[in-house]
Amino acid sequence: MFKYKKDPTAKAKRLSSYKPGSFLYVVNYVSQSKSAMAGFCFIALLLILSFLTPYIFKYGYREINVRMQYALSSLEHPFGCDEVGRDIMVRIFYGAKYTISIGFFSTFCAAICGIILGAAAGYFGGLVDTLIMRALDVFQSFPTILLAIAISAVFGPGYWKVILACGITGIPSYARMMRANILTVRGSEFIEAAASINCSTGRIILKHVIPNAISPLIVQMAMGVASAGLTASALSFLGFGVVPPTPEWGAMLSTARAYIREYPHMVMFPGLFIMLTVLSLNLVGDAIRDALDPKLKN
Amino acid sequence: MAKLLQVEHLKKYFPTSRGVVHAVDDVSFSIEEGETMGLVGESGCGKSTLGRTCIHLLESTGGTIRFQGNDVTHLSKKALAEYRNCVQIIFQDPFSSLNPRMTIRDTVTEPLKLSGRFRGEELNRESERLMDLVGIEKRFYNSYPHELDGGRRQRAGVARAISLKPKFIVCDEPVSALDVSIQAQILNLLMDLQDEFKLTYLFVTHDLSVVRHISNKICVMYLGQMVETASTDALFARPYHPYTKALLSAIPTVDIHNQQQRILLKGEITSPINPHPGCRFAQRCPYATAECTQSDLPLVEVEPGHFVACSRIRQINKDL
Repeated sequence: MFKYKKDPTAKAKRLSSYKPGSFLYVVNYVSQSKSAMAGFCFIALLLILSFLTPYIFKYGYREINVRMQYALSSLEHPFGCDEVGRDIMVRIFYGAKYTISIGFFSTFCAAICGIILGAAAGYFGGLVDTLIMRALDVFQSFPTILLAIAISAVFGPGYWKVILACGITGIPSYARMMRANILTVRGSEFIEAAASINCSTGRIILKHVIPNAISPLIVQMAMGVASAGLTASALSFLGFGVVPPTPEWGAMLSTARAYIREYPHMVMFPGLFIMLTVLSLNLVGDAIRDALDPKLKN
Repeated sequence: MAKLLQVEHLKKYFPTSRGVVHAVDDVSFSIEEGETMGLVGESGCGKSTLGRTCIHLLESTGGTIRFQGNDVTHLSKKALAEYRNCVQIIFQDPFSSLNPRMTIRDTVTEPLKLSGRFRGEELNRESERLMDLVGIEKRFYNSYPHELDGGRRQRAGVARAISLKPKFIVCDEPVSALDVSIQAQILNLLMDLQDEFKLTYLFVTHDLSVVRHISNKICVMYLGQMVETASTDALFARPYHPYTKALLSAIPTVDIHNQQQRILLKGEITSPINPHPGCRFAQRCPYATAECTQSDLPLVEVEPGHFVACSRIRQINKDL
């Protein structure tokens, strides 16, 4: 019988066939890390379940059943029920998409704004640099969560407003990092070479400067998703975030807090899922960091 | 032969918080078509700045630059683009002069694409012709710079520089970051290209043996000013300026019976920030007197084609 023999170096070979730092290289590297794949699978599964809750589970996320108030775990309700008898498991799965998507969207907003501001500050220098960086200094002089609370307090609660609040608080760190990278790249001779072959300023920035300055930012973004999700949960916990009855995890924790002595399961499950999600995102982020910047390892 | 590049009283100052740096101060020279002019001097004397100012990578503070008889000191955006098709630069460090995220093919193709002279398949054919011309093997066409050694990277830099068929190329220490064996290859490549395309070089370097090998004419710079200029043979045979003498005496010799007396200079290169008038070399010059630093010195023709800026040249060189 022909037997398929697995080449132990096949993985390393496949990895080295991609250019370090390219998209395919990162995907390949991350897919070969067990912990990152565990994290990725957890997040993916959570998101799939989240969108399919109405079709999979017997109960709706806002279906009140007064007879099942504060019910403990059972086969019918694996995670138990909350103060008005809603199934906690369904609520957690349904709410997953809020916490995770807030994390992704707000990181994305922060990174886009930060990259543009940082690139402008770093490339043009002088007055532009001073204006942008001093303005960001003002933002950064507040603790992150305090600033997020202040912004949410101004805009009021709501899904997109939380994203805005988390996004704005994230801008300064991206901008600062981008500016530093741009300054390094801008001094390179290949930028001068590009100017000498008649590259326009826009083309120099897009084709030569940004691709060489962006990889530390991708790392920061990968790590930032988890912390943005956490900030979003914290905001909801404080009542500034997503409004009940939408089962955002932070908001669920906030309501459950009142019953923490009598019915700890109401706090435990949302808390556990926040923890697992942040852990999973961080595991993926770690792998992306290692793939993009081998020098950062350990 | 016609003069290709004429530079008159060129100045490049950099304002800094500690004062104005006179990187290039009142430099004049001309290069004839098909000629190689060597520009030597110690590091920080402004030779790279001079080269970059000539091709408008840096804007000059004062003076005039003429290219083929046309004044190119101040150019509109469109004229600058045209000028840059005629002048190019080869950089010192092939590790930082190539974009690490572009393949060699992309790097060589980019100027062709931007020039708009080639389209589609032609673009590919032209870039392959160029890479072949500078001696990059086929298997490296799609490699990234980090996968190549210094010599091959520098070849890619050369291919990029000649891609637009320029007339004048500033070579900014193109071999000083390379191994000696590879230096020779790149120098030979540059000389072959010069013969084939009638190129004119401004060859910036601090390596005197390289400059002697490749140049027809040499300019010696000290702290932003030109101190001596002559044909290569004349300069090496009869250096008149005390700085040139010291510089040439620093070339190591292999002949143990003919050991040269080394002229050791005292002190450090002085600051180019707000320099005093007169000879910049006066503080380190063994022959300096008070009058050396009183007024700026012009380049004086002491022999046909041999110019020196020194007030005491007749006293120092008894044979003149």
